Amino acid sequence: MNSSDQNRKSFSIIERYLPYFLIAPALSYLLFFIGYPLTQGIILAFTDSRGHFTLAHINYLLYSPQSLFYAALKNTLMLAAVIIPIQVMIALGLSLLLSSSFVGRDLALYIVIIPLTISDVAGGLIWYSMLSTNGFFNKFLMAAGLIHSPIHFFGYQYRAMEFLAIVLAEVWRATAIVFVIIFAGLQMISREYIEAAEVFGASTWVKLRHIIFPMLKPSLQSALLIRTLFAFQVFGVVMVLAGRDIPVLAGEAYYEQTELYHYGVAALYAIIIAAISVIIGYIYIKMFKAQYIREVGAG
Amino acid sequence: MVDVRLVGLVKRFGKTVALRGIDLDVRDGEFVVLLGPSGCGKTTTLRIVAGLEKPDEGHVFFGDREVTYLPPKDRNVSMVFQSYAVWPHMKVKDNIAFPLRIRKVPEDEVQRRVKWAAELLQIETLLERYPHQLSGGQRQRVAVARAIVIEPDVLLMDEPLSNLDALLRVKMRSELKKLQRRIGVTTIYVTHDQVEAMTMGDRIAVMNAGKIMQVGTPEDIYLRPANIFVGGFVGSPQMNFFDATVTEKDGKLILEGPGFSIPLMEDQVSVLKDYVGKTVIAGIRPEHMFPKDLAPPKLKGVEITGDIDFVEALGSDTIIHLRVGEKILVIKVSGSHHYKIGSKLTVVFDLSKLHVFRKDSGEAII
Amino acid sequence: MSRTEIGGRPPLRYYLSKILFAGIVLIACSWILLPIVISALYAFSTPKDFYSPKEVIPLHYTFANIKELLDLGAARATMNSVIVACMTVVFSFILGLPAGYAFARFAFKGKDSLKLLIIGLRMFPMLVIAVPLVTLYIRLGLNDTLLGVALAHTTMALPFVILITSSIFVSVPIELEEAAFVFGLDRTQTFLRITLPLALPGLTAAAIFTFIMSWNEVFMAAVLTLTNRTLPAFILTSAMAAPDFIKFAASFIMILPALIFVFIARKYLISMWGITIR
Ligand SMILES: Nc1ncnc2c1ncn2[C@@H]1O[C@H](COP(=O)(O)OP(=O)(O)OP(=O)(O)O)[C@@H](O)[C@H]1O
Ligand SMILES: [Mg+2]
Repeated sequence: MNSSDQNRKSFSIIERYLPYFLIAPALSYLLFFIGYPLTQGIILAFTDSRGHFTLAHINYLLYSPQSLFYAALKNTLMLAAVIIPIQVMIALGLSLLLSSSFVGRDLALYIVIIPLTISDVAGGLIWYSMLSTNGFFNKFLMAAGLIHSPIHFFGYQYRAMEFLAIVLAEVWRATAIVFVIIFAGLQMISREYIEAAEVFGASTWVKLRHIIFPMLKPSLQSALLIRTLFAFQVFGVVMVLAGRDIPVLAGEAYYEQTELYHYGVAALYAIIIAAISVIIGYIYIKMFKAQYIREVGAG
Repeated sequence: MVDVRLVGLVKRFGKTVALRGIDLDVRDGEFVVLLGPSGCGKTTTLRIVAGLEKPDEGHVFFGDREVTYLPPKDRNVSMVFQSYAVWPHMKVKDNIAFPLRIRKVPEDEVQRRVKWAAELLQIETLLERYPHQLSGGQRQRVAVARAIVIEPDVLLMDEPLSNLDALLRVKMRSELKKLQRRIGVTTIYVTHDQVEAMTMGDRIAVMNAGKIMQVGTPEDIYLRPANIFVGGFVGSPQMNFFDATVTEKDGKLILEGPGFSIPLMEDQVSVLKDYVGKTVIAGIRPEHMFPKDLAPPKLKGVEITGDIDFVEALGSDTIIHLRVGEKILVIKVSGSHHYKIGSKLTVVFDLSKLHVFRKDSGEAII
Repeated sequence: MSRTEIGGRPPLRYYLSKILFAGIVLIACSWILLPIVISALYAFSTPKDFYSPKEVIPLHYTFANIKELLDLGAARATMNSVIVACMTVVFSFILGLPAGYAFARFAFKGKDSLKLLIIGLRMFPMLVIAVPLVTLYIRLGLNDTLLGVALAHTTMALPFVILITSSIFVSVPIELEEAAFVFGLDRTQTFLRITLPLALPGLTAAAIFTFIMSWNEVFMAAVLTLTNRTLPAFILTSAMAAPDFIKFAASFIMILPALIFVFIARKYLISMWGITIR
């Protein structure tokens, strides 16, 4: 706030410390509910049931034939690598499309962001209704005479199709969040910047390449960061559509915890997900922060 | 270079009608100023010429070519935006070079022209900066530089000098005008500053509420306003208006005003004959009335006496507010004079500079 | 002078691009809407229609699926979800609102770092706290309780609430508060009588989003409960074994409140996500 604000504050001690009093409860709560579980998680991961230090959980995670760690890591990464580029592209295209004004734009906007409110479990189920053997997709193609027997998306023997189903559901469900970030960023670019380029003869491509993309960069970056972080938490959609046929990190944490009662191993998964997120966030800040500040300052 | 013709442009934004039928011919190489109050549709007109907006009705011609629905990039126009629209992610020099680079001008030529434009606008020292490191006026100059580096068919400027200090503005006025003469580009220039309009325009189009009220040379606009709006909008202080009735007395026509009457001159009589018995609106500019002692000797005028209500001393001019009956007349005298508030003053007004407008339509009769 | 008619009438290309544009928008909207509509129709389809390969769109509808699902335990789970979500809203607003106000209205040492910390926590994958929390909850007797889930959900929602309420308070002009100070109100009165009423629409929308956030969360809920399942946890653990049309009924129950609430608060949807996420 400004300095007159600050002056006003200094005439009473209570006022001076008021902001800290206001923030303290929330902050303590967060620090406890994140700090305690993280510490507890590390303890769980490296002690046995009698509280002695052990590497048994790590050994189980890495070497036990029961553990699906490598598959989970691989699937999580692969899902991210496939889904994120598709989402960014669709979101960018839609944002550009919906930032022009036309009749029914508000409705279109509302429709496009509906998935924002749909949980991963529900999203998975909705796509199950589309793709299952008796689902819309198969019935439609059969009724149209394009296929004679249903295409199987689900089941252990159709893992590639399961992967595809997960990709479809995630693109459908979670593109909205990328869209919203990019769209909000696009809204902040004054129309006249783009119009000025038009007046000086810029083609659509030049406009995109030299005006819109550079000005949109901060939004693109945060969209990318958010999506990447979410990708490592993928859980509900996968559980609903593929179960453990396609193991993922969060899914394995859940399975080890609730089915096998391997609390230490589950805690290890949790720590790994947290660590990956922190590292990604850190890299992001290191790589983009300076640039980001400069460009936001410029805009 | 082309001439620009606007034919019957109508533009609506939802319920508001921004333009209600704009007709305007801008000749090849001409400098036309759009002058009008805020919200009258100047920017909208410019944007339609640029191709940023499609009119709901009407046509835009560049020479023989109808361009109404062509996108901006196919029109070869250049524009200074009212909000500058200087791209924040490019340095000043890249902003200015952008239109040239789009046109694939060789790089050494680009550098040369950027330097030329920057010198002209006195922004050479700012070339390496980003727009957020500039003041409003500096940003505006970048916008102007960016618009003039190319050789467009039509140059559009939306209040390009509005944010400059008085000194720089006067200088830029003549610089821009000279530049326009030299390259001979057809120019449409928007302003709501009358002095700018008067000094720069070959012709001025005065707009109000989405319509063009009058098009003419600065002299035309000033001396022969086509209607009350133009008469009142151009000139400072504003023209004095008062209701008057045309009456016939002893075979002569006079204008019966509020507390005074004005005998008419011969050429005026012939025009006003048809209005006998009707009420009209008479107008006289403040600079066409003189205190009796300062009046030019041979002035053919009418004397009016009133009480001095208020005096504004501007140094170069003195503005007198004179109460005559119910009415306040504003008189502008050049030079600095002292008048006592409350004292009586007789002024003479130049009968040949009298304007008469119809009461119903506001159109000029004389 | 003959005028060639280039660009005179809108050229064909102009109309084609309009049609193309409308087409793409339409496809995008159908891509989102079709699966929702289909799954909703299947949720009310009779099993016979659903299993019949000929009925692409079911022709006979019934409430039996929903009823069966509710009887299976979804009724209770829905109730649990509502309770957890309401508790989450209350907790996170009691804790978050003052903090949001402090960030919006005060200048204080360490403000920027604290704010950055909150933004960082907003990004933190909160689901990881659920696994170690179980041991704590067992000790505290919170395991398998709705309160326990709500406390975990509050952790997830709190950074969001702080950031969003702060931006809502920022949008209430400080001059209005200053005017109240001038007329003799103290800070508490000013907050209650000036700032809060003005911020209310935004705060309501924020509360709705917090509710939805908790309503939708599945991982923590599934890990922290055994018998007192919330709806998503119930569906994940129990309904997956049920016939397909029961699953669709489950997804219908899950998305319905979200759709309604968000329709009410749609005006804020984009700006809110835009604010808390960048
Ligand atoms: N995009 C728009 N949407 C709705 N109304 C608009 C839009 N652009 C302009 N208008 C309206 O059209 C009218 C003319 O606007 P315009 O910008 O052309 O005025 P102007 O003469 O340039 O005014 P100023 O001198 O203030 O710049 C105004 O009433 C304005 O409110
Ligand atoms: Mg304007």
